[in-house]
Amino acid sequence: MSTTARPVAELREVQGPSALGGGWRRFFDLLWLISVTEFKRVYFGTVLGYLWSLIRPLILFGVLLFVFTQIFKIGSDLVEHYAVMLLLGIVLYTFFQEATSNSVTSVVAQEGVVRKTQFPRLVIPLATVVTAGFNLLLNLVIVLVFVLAFGVSPAWTWLLFPIALVFLFVGAAGMSMALSALYVRFRDTAIIWVVVSQVLLYLTPILYPVDAFESSTKERLLMVNPLAVIFEQVRVWILHEPQAPTALEAAGGWLGLLPAAIIYFGVCIYGMWYFNREAPRIAEAL
Amino acid sequence: MPVDGELTIQPATPDAPGPEAPAAIRVQDLHKAFRIPTQRVDSLKERAVHPFASREYRELHALDGVSFEIRQGEFFGIVGRNGSGKSTLLKLLASIYRADSGRIQIAGRLAPFIELGVGFNQELTARENVILNGVMMGLTPKEVRERQDAVIDFAELHDFADLKLKNFSSGMLVRLAFSVMLEADADILLIDEVLAVGDASFQQKCADAFHQMKTEGKTIVLVTHDMNSVEEYCHRALLLADGKVQFIGDPAEAGRDYLKLNFEAGGVSPTGLGGGQSDGARLLECLVVDESGSEATGVESRTNIRVRTKVELQRETAAAVHVGFVITNADGLGIFEFGQLMDPAEQAESFAAGRRFTLTAEIENRLAPGRYFVHIGVTSADGISAYAENAATFVVFGGPKTNGIVSPAVEFEVESTGSPS
Repeated sequence: MSTTARPVAELREVQGPSALGGGWRRFFDLLWLISVTEFKRVYFGTVLGYLWSLIRPLILFGVLLFVFTQIFKIGSDLVEHYAVMLLLGIVLYTFFQEATSNSVTSVVAQEGVVRKTQFPRLVIPLATVVTAGFNLLLNLVIVLVFVLAFGVSPAWTWLLFPIALVFLFVGAAGMSMALSALYVRFRDTAIIWVVVSQVLLYLTPILYPVDAFESSTKERLLMVNPLAVIFEQVRVWILHEPQAPTALEAAGGWLGLLPAAIIYFGVCIYGMWYFNREAPRIAEAL
Repeated sequence: MPVDGELTIQPATPDAPGPEAPAAIRVQDLHKAFRIPTQRVDSLKERAVHPFASREYRELHALDGVSFEIRQGEFFGIVGRNGSGKSTLLKLLASIYRADSGRIQIAGRLAPFIELGVGFNQELTARENVILNGVMMGLTPKEVRERQDAVIDFAELHDFADLKLKNFSSGMLVRLAFSVMLEADADILLIDEVLAVGDASFQQKCADAFHQMKTEGKTIVLVTHDMNSVEEYCHRALLLADGKVQFIGDPAEAGRDYLKLNFEAGGVSPTGLGGGQSDGARLLECLVVDESGSEATGVESRTNIRVRTKVELQRETAAAVHVGFVITNADGLGIFEFGQLMDPAEQAESFAAGRRFTLTAEIENRLAPGRYFVHIGVTSADGISAYAENAATFVVFGGPKTNGIVSPAVEFEVESTGSPS
């Protein structure tokens, strides 16, 4: 501590708590730091560490692979690399589910911090999304091994994959903001979200390819789900099978993608708006 | 707060900044109300079933037009009873709550220190927590990394820097939390009753740190119940009551006002006059009153106690009527009694039915500070009786702390009665 005289500071208006208060720099510093420490905690905190976050999707993958190739046989008949499609879908969906379901209770779980310190509130739900993102990146390395092992040849379209990741990440972030702020007011948000995310798993072409419907109406209906659009496009880009319809084809033209776009951007904007609106009062509502 | 006698905190008054010093915190007409729903809706299901049910709420005005100014370099105390709004004020200053209306202006960086170790993560090591907390308080990660060793050294935790917090003793946690607060190097520190931390040597360290901050011209705002620390450290103090500024200025005076408020609203209530049995007489009133005759709940130490009673006779009597009082303390221990005999023979043959008396007793106050109860009994030789236990209560406040239940006036006479030689 220095004993030099301090310059006389100017009076500044205090705005109170907010979603982003304190400047962008501090926001990103905090977001990064909290996400990394949380990730490290999970990674190094338990004996099996990172393995746990891999085992869950892998077991799901194993079970589903068995069911859909040995019992129902729809997978292997329709898709050349069904196992790869399934694994990729499960890993991506695991990220979405982990990010959103962890963030639902995140703000309330951090009650002590929210009620007693001043810092940008938005960091809390976003940190859970970023932490889940770290897991995803690690899991994708394993997926890459599988992809190559199953004989999928690399293609230039793989370079487009990050676009899908960005859309998935932003969508998960938007959903997380809305959910965590809603949960402060309505505690059944958590239960509702468990059910909804369960349903979403089946409304996304993960276990089955879009073309399994053999009906363009049903395909179009499926493409109302923004996740379906993202996942289908990932399948096209990574597996590059000639018979797989792109999201655009499945939706039957740009107009068919409009509902998904509206839902996607609606969720993101609503999540941001609602969290921002609730942020100043979160400490009081707890 | 128990401050050890060996602490060498410098007295606050000599270096108090004058009124010309620039403002560090300026609060103007601050309002904050909490909405308390009469029926809380906690789920979307309830909201869907009763879409309009939750719209009713009552408002609790935690802060009601609070204005004050704290000067740079000042050690400022904020005191008040529970529920007076001081925690709300603290959280508004710390940007944890948002004000309904009014302005808060702050000069420089403010570090709130509302509870020890808030934001500490039990699963992380001391070092990680230091970094996390520093960034939370507004430092850049680079600044924190430069300071982390100094922080851990100050907390005397050098050997435990990479141990998880869950393995720390509470004393270690407290030291770490305090060091982290100092680390922030803020211009204004907002402290909520956390001075009494750690062992004696660490307390001394804290005291030195506070002194250092004072000489550096930092502004410190201390929110507390504890009047001793306010009087010891603070240049000025603010007394909050029911969300309003009751007093602002000299800490000692704020302390007296605070004690008075505190006792007046103490939780014990008298049973009143309804409880006791009666025959032939009725007690209409029993109050502790002040000089002007209006009801008082507190009596300052060493000033006379006045008890006013109204009695109505319900049947004619020729016998003398005795009105007796017993004063007990909160434990029910009788301390003294007094009474007045009213003899009809002095005026007429008898007292008629419906006759009323108002008696005001003035009692020399030698009671120690604390809560006391008044019990009344009305009796006569021909069977009139009326009793009321706990008919009234009052609090004696102010004055020096004392052992025992009375503090009589004592005079010593000291004379030399011999010497060893």
